[in-house]
Amino acid sequence: MPEFIAELLNRNDIFTASTIMEYWGGLVTTVQLVFLSLVLGLILAIPLAIMRTSKNPLINMPVWLYTYVFRGTPLLIQLYIIYYGLAQIEGIQQTFWWDIFREAFYPALLAFTLNTAAYTTEIIRGAIVATPSGEIEAAKAYGMSWALRMRRIILPSAARRAVQAYSNEVIFMLHASAIASVVTLVDLTGAARNIYSRFYAPFEAFIFVALLYMALTFILVFAFRKLENYLLRHQRPVSG
Amino acid sequence: MRKMIVAASVALAMMAGVANAQERDLRIAFDVPYEPFEYKDENGELTGFEVELAEAMCEEMNANCEFVIQAWDGMIPGLLARKFDLIMSSMSITPERAERVLFSEPYYNTPGGWFAREDFDTDVTDMDAMEGKTVGVQRGTTMDTYVTEEMGGIVNIKRYTTADDMVLDLEGQRLDVVFVDYPVGEQTILGKEGFKEVGEPVKLGQGVGVAMRKRDEELAEEVNAALATLKEDGTYDTIMEKYFAYDIKM
Repeated sequence: MPEFIAELLNRNDIFTASTIMEYWGGLVTTVQLVFLSLVLGLILAIPLAIMRTSKNPLINMPVWLYTYVFRGTPLLIQLYIIYYGLAQIEGIQQTFWWDIFREAFYPALLAFTLNTAAYTTEIIRGAIVATPSGEIEAAKAYGMSWALRMRRIILPSAARRAVQAYSNEVIFMLHASAIASVVTLVDLTGAARNIYSRFYAPFEAFIFVALLYMALTFILVFAFRKLENYLLRHQRPVSG
Repeated sequence: MRKMIVAASVALAMMAGVANAQERDLRIAFDVPYEPFEYKDENGELTGFEVELAEAMCEEMNANCEFVIQAWDGMIPGLLARKFDLIMSSMSITPERAERVLFSEPYYNTPGGWFAREDFDTDVTDMDAMEGKTVGVQRGTTMDTYVTEEMGGIVNIKRYTTADDMVLDLEGQRLDVVFVDYPVGEQTILGKEGFKEVGEPVKLGQGVGVAMRKRDEELAEEVNAALATLKEDGTYDTIMEKYFAYDIKM
């Protein structure tokens, strides 16, 4: 098997050790960026979704405005504003913020996190609103406080309803991360673009990277199927 | 138009003196505007560095030249379809193009230039001093290839799709220095306050040549001979100095 791969590598100009390393670096960047933005986005989204279901407009409206702005504008524009816009603020280069925003990674992470948090907030809000009223009434009848009800009844129930929609959001986020290369980050797409422009070989450069994205998606789909099986285990027919 | 008639009549006058010279009709294609290489002046007349060089070349070759305006996309197809015989429109010699057309010897090459903010005081040729600096280039250009090959692993290279994005990051202090096509840097960077050119311009790539059909080998020889004469007798330098403050001669 290694001989077969070595022979394949010898017979082409494009997939040399150095380009494979460039793709590997791109894969690491993509996975880091997508994973961190999804984790941070989810942590932000849960309290925001609870706030979004509040009947008090002072709590509800700011979150509504946030999700409206971030779902209402393209991610590419948000990335441009955060990456190029922040650098134009007078004097930012002298503050500690510049240590963070100088590199392309953190502006991209910020844009992706805020974007996915907005979508996830709306997904979770929808699931919370759809909680059957019987479950809430039963919890109240047990004398549960609001916080306990939220923690034990509403959020677990909402998680089961949200998981399918959220798996789509995760996959969209992976693919949306391809735009990170416009702000000089060498993610998977950035690596493919560099290699394409070096060898003028669009098919090899982009089809290889497409396969890598498909492999990542496959892993995500598999992980979410496991998660769904776990969350919805009560719906399975009793065996035996 | 007037210049072309002058060129043509000069060519005719010279031919009258040379009895056995054959009159040759040549059509030369330009993509306008591409200042200062080919553009129309305020009277609508075609002019520029390559246009004047073409006029001098036609005179040298005793040819009766007609200038054709052709959009860039259709350049090579138009040449192959015999809509014109020569392209003198800043076409860089590349192996990919050389498979379809015949190039003359290169007649100019714009260098890559180093540009930075005014406070930058590192010598760009000193690899020790440059270590860890962030350099911006346009992806896939000859400047990209140069920096990647000469300084890869020493400097931190950032690749941009457009020159505009790169200039923004130079302004925003994300880049220490950029390496771009000299005329581009001269226009977009030096025009702004607080920037300067650093180091010497670097000559890159194979340069720009006259493109012809592959079968026109005799014509290519004549073109090469004419260009060589112009480069030697000072005509080339006179035209170049009219349009450029720096050397693009090859």
